[in-house]
Amino acid sequence: MEQNQLITINNLVKNFPIGKGKFTALNGINLTFKTGEFAGLVGPSGSGKTTLLNIIGSLDIPSEGYANVLGMNIGKLNIKNAAILRRLHLGFIFQTYNLLPVYSVYENVEFPLLLINMSASQRKKAVMDALDWVGLTDKIKSRPAQLSGGECQRVAVARAMVKKPKIVLADEPTANLDAANSHNILKMMMKLNEELKTTFIFATHDEKVIQYLKRKIKLEDGKIVKDEIIKTNKEL
Amino acid sequence: MLALKLAYRNLVGAGLRTWLNVFVLSFTYILIIWQFGMIDGWNYQAQVDMKNWEVGNGQYWHQNFDPYDFFSYEESHAQIPELLKKATSEGKATPILISQGTIYPDGRLQSMILRGISPEQKVIAIPSAELNVKSEEIPVIIGQRMANSCKLNQGDITTIRWRDANGTFDAKEVKIVKIFHCNVPSVDAGQMYLSLENHQKMMQIPGQATMFIIDKNSNINSNISGWEYKSHEFLMKEMTEMIKMKKVGGSVLYFILLLLAMLAIFDTQVLSIFRRQKEIGTYIAMGMTRKQVVGLFTVEGAMHAILAVIIGAIYGFPFLLWQMKIGISMPAGTDNLGIPIAEKIFPVYGLGLIISTVMLVLIITTIVSYMPAHKISKMNPTDAIKGKIQ
Repeated sequence: MEQNQLITINNLVKNFPIGKGKFTALNGINLTFKTGEFAGLVGPSGSGKTTLLNIIGSLDIPSEGYANVLGMNIGKLNIKNAAILRRLHLGFIFQTYNLLPVYSVYENVEFPLLLINMSASQRKKAVMDALDWVGLTDKIKSRPAQLSGGECQRVAVARAMVKKPKIVLADEPTANLDAANSHNILKMMMKLNEELKTTFIFATHDEKVIQYLKRKIKLEDGKIVKDEIIKTNKEL
Repeated sequence: MLALKLAYRNLVGAGLRTWLNVFVLSFTYILIIWQFGMIDGWNYQAQVDMKNWEVGNGQYWHQNFDPYDFFSYEESHAQIPELLKKATSEGKATPILISQGTIYPDGRLQSMILRGISPEQKVIAIPSAELNVKSEEIPVIIGQRMANSCKLNQGDITTIRWRDANGTFDAKEVKIVKIFHCNVPSVDAGQMYLSLENHQKMMQIPGQATMFIIDKNSNINSNISGWEYKSHEFLMKEMTEMIKMKKVGGSVLYFILLLLAMLAIFDTQVLSIFRRQKEIGTYIAMGMTRKQVVGLFTVEGAMHAILAVIIGAIYGFPFLLWQMKIGISMPAGTDNLGIPIAEKIFPVYGLGLIISTVMLVLIITTIVSYMPAHKISKMNPTDAIKGKIQ
């Protein structure tokens, strides 16, 4: 594996049991991701985007084949080590934000740091930095119910980024947002990608997201049909 | 530590739902402590009363004496042994002569026990000094229950009949010089007290007694030929067992209360597992192991019990202390149950009772919380994240 190669996927197959038969959600996937990528798994509903994202995120395991994330074989990881991988190196952003409803903005962002036993002073600084990135330092005491959808997703981004993970996995992050909020969130993520060299992998079919991607991996019926690097004007 | 911190945040964040459960649990604590405090208070008072009025610090019985066999009374008296004579003169013991008799109040016939007691004694609380009056009739004292059953009042004169040691029946007039009130029914019901000297003369057995009561502050338990020592534990055995039985009966209410409180916790936990699936999925996505999440939910449940201790202490302790101070009046007639019950029972709350109640509720709450939380370990995290009901 190359030094800056974070994820390697070889001949990955994922089947789900349906009655007595099975449904193949992913079939023969081969992929690699490098440090600092801003990539997207795109395709229609049911194409296997979220399933692939879940396997990369060690929330699910492949039925066949091999998925290596940060040197760890996802199919062979036990529950504890999978949790450690997520805790230390992965950040998640969900379509429905998945903020903890009884926690304040500050507590939501602080949560991943509590899991890695960071000291209180370091935690405070890291949380305030993360909230500064997303422009929510004035809402630290608010509860998720008191925030708009865009603000909730910004909190979710801050929560995913606060521990400065190597990889952020975002599943339809703009699906519940209006155009303006979607662009704001994406610009913010691009900025974090550039500044912190965090690898972002999206699962999306939203054109607003797709136009920001630097790499577009198109999935159809569980197979990769296109994997293209999109060059910016500067690169061209 | 992390589970505690997160559980506390979750509980405080859940607001009213938490406080309702906490209140129900705290109410259970207080009620259990109060109920057992009442029984312990009753037990304590009954023991003190029995010690003061009847048992002392043990008794010496004539070897033939059997309190449940009235026919044994004729054969169970003997000369007072030297050791007990000395103890009596020092105020460490008092002799009692017991015989059977019959009373004829208003022409009716009623059997009773005659107890000869020294008017000078201070070993038990019976007001025997009242027997020191000069009267043509034999002065006697009786308890309120005896007075009620015979319809006798202070100053009444009535006839009693007895059979002396030689088997001869005799009868005389007695005067009720005092009616005393006592919480120990066996001291009172069917008993008549007269001076030991009068009783010995009536029975024609001068210098003899049936039993000795040892003063509660003295400790005499030497072997005396012809006399059997009975410790106060032995003498209070029946009463202690009866109260123990009462405690077992009270435990039924205790378990119903506990069951109701546990149902509330169980219900909250089961609902939480369904309602908070998305949250559970998020915890797992952020790196918590399933074991940690199960631990968090279990601690959350157990923390209800801890918060309930704090809330219970705030409103329950003043209530319990107030009850301890003013006591609970027992309904009229409870003293006819045959066991010592005071007019008012003052609850006694021992540290052991409080700690054991807290620990029991805490342990059961934890178990009840763990049971539904265990379901989390079977959850598919990818479905949980989306909040799909599993």
